[in-house]
Amino acid sequence: MIEFLGEVAAWFADPATWSGRDGIPVRLWEHLWISGVSLTAAIGVGLPLGLAIGHTGKGARAVVAIANIGRAVPSLGLMGLAFIVLLPLGLGVGPLPTIIALTALGIPPIVVNAYVGLREVDRDLVEAARGMGMRAGEILRRVEIPIALPVILAGVRTSAVQIVATATLAAAIGGGTLGQLIYIGFNVGDQVRIFGAALVVAALSIATEIGFATLQRAATSPGLRDRAYVPTEPAQVGRGGADSSP
Amino acid sequence: MTIGPVDVDWIVDNLDRIGGLVIEHLYLTGIAMGIGLVISAGLALLVRNRPRWYGPIIGFTGTLYAIPSLALFALLTPLTGIGTVLTAEIALVSYTLLILTRNMVEGLRAVPSEAIEAAQGMGYTATQRLLRVELPLALPIILAGVRIAAVTTIGLVTVTALIGLGGLGYLIVTIGTQRGSFGLTATLTGVVLAVGLAVIADLALQALQRALTPWSRGRMAAA
Repeated sequence: MIEFLGEVAAWFADPATWSGRDGIPVRLWEHLWISGVSLTAAIGVGLPLGLAIGHTGKGARAVVAIANIGRAVPSLGLMGLAFIVLLPLGLGVGPLPTIIALTALGIPPIVVNAYVGLREVDRDLVEAARGMGMRAGEILRRVEIPIALPVILAGVRTSAVQIVATATLAAAIGGGTLGQLIYIGFNVGDQVRIFGAALVVAALSIATEIGFATLQRAATSPGLRDRAYVPTEPAQVGRGGADSSP
Repeated sequence: MTIGPVDVDWIVDNLDRIGGLVIEHLYLTGIAMGIGLVISAGLALLVRNRPRWYGPIIGFTGTLYAIPSLALFALLTPLTGIGTVLTAEIALVSYTLLILTRNMVEGLRAVPSEAIEAAQGMGYTATQRLLRVELPLALPIILAGVRIAAVTTIGLVTVTALIGLGGLGYLIVTIGTQRGSFGLTATLTGVVLAVGLAVIADLALQALQRALTPWSRGRMAAA
């Protein structure tokens, strides 16, 4: 075991590990930008949808449906489908199927948490804001969203962790990312390479989790920070929670 | 014959193989859930006697949960080999622990103290109290966790195809992403069957939950 870990250390020390198309920097950058684009797209679609449903209270059934579908469809299945559907269009090879699959995967936690976050806002506060003469848009911007922010960001965090974790699977459809390094290792049966690349992937995932947890805490209004209900766990809708990863 | 993009002939020709993959999928899922339930029950009982262990246990199982599946398969290979069932199962079991342990502990904690006191007043021993009072009352929350874990595990088993095992993941990636007319058919078949298994498992466990806890039927809609 010690000997094996020595070989892993030697792999990390080897300049070849850090250069070329299958070097860590190139694949790490690819992993990050694909995840970033997918998360941005998932927020762009999911957040307005969740906020609209939460604000109006209309379409709650759709949220439960989105949550359940999001859990039942395997992430690898989404990847495979995006790849195979785009292949005849000449877009199957490259990052596009991965980005589409990751975006679809990232939307449910954001919708669910935005909805649950707004619904949990004390109705008396909303009534008070209305009594003060605020319009619907103002109530949403100045009352509902600030109070719901910790829950909304918990959804973004779940989504981000899930996207970064699942981006690893892009290797299966030729989409690159750090998963490619693990995949190459499996194909040539090189345990040192498999283990070293997996360490990088695991570190990136845990860093994402910690990074977004910190962001979530920092963005919580000081008035809410001491309340018991500030969730570190993803929100629950219908049954069960929208847990992040693997 | 084809229906839209789906090559029905391919499905008919490969029915035996597809059936075998469904069975492999269920087998990999079943082992993971069985072992996961046993370990989680042990952890939940540990927390029941030593509440201080809850934080570290959730922290550890939560960290395991944050590691992507392909990376966890990879991290285990030096110990358990490339593409072995043992590698897959250790990872799959690890992923069930967070959800199962958390729901077991929360379920036991949600038991009303009056019920526990009443059991003590009736002279129940600690074991009798656990089995006859606390466990039945905790069952809805525990089974809610089992449902989530089962659906999650069914999805994760597909990833084992990447390390040469498979189940339905074999249809989705190994056959599906080959360039050929049956690629889309294989991928679609794999995805539809995986979603189908998840939905069936979820409904079956929901039915079990109803059957085991008839007194909570009125509240079931909210659970």
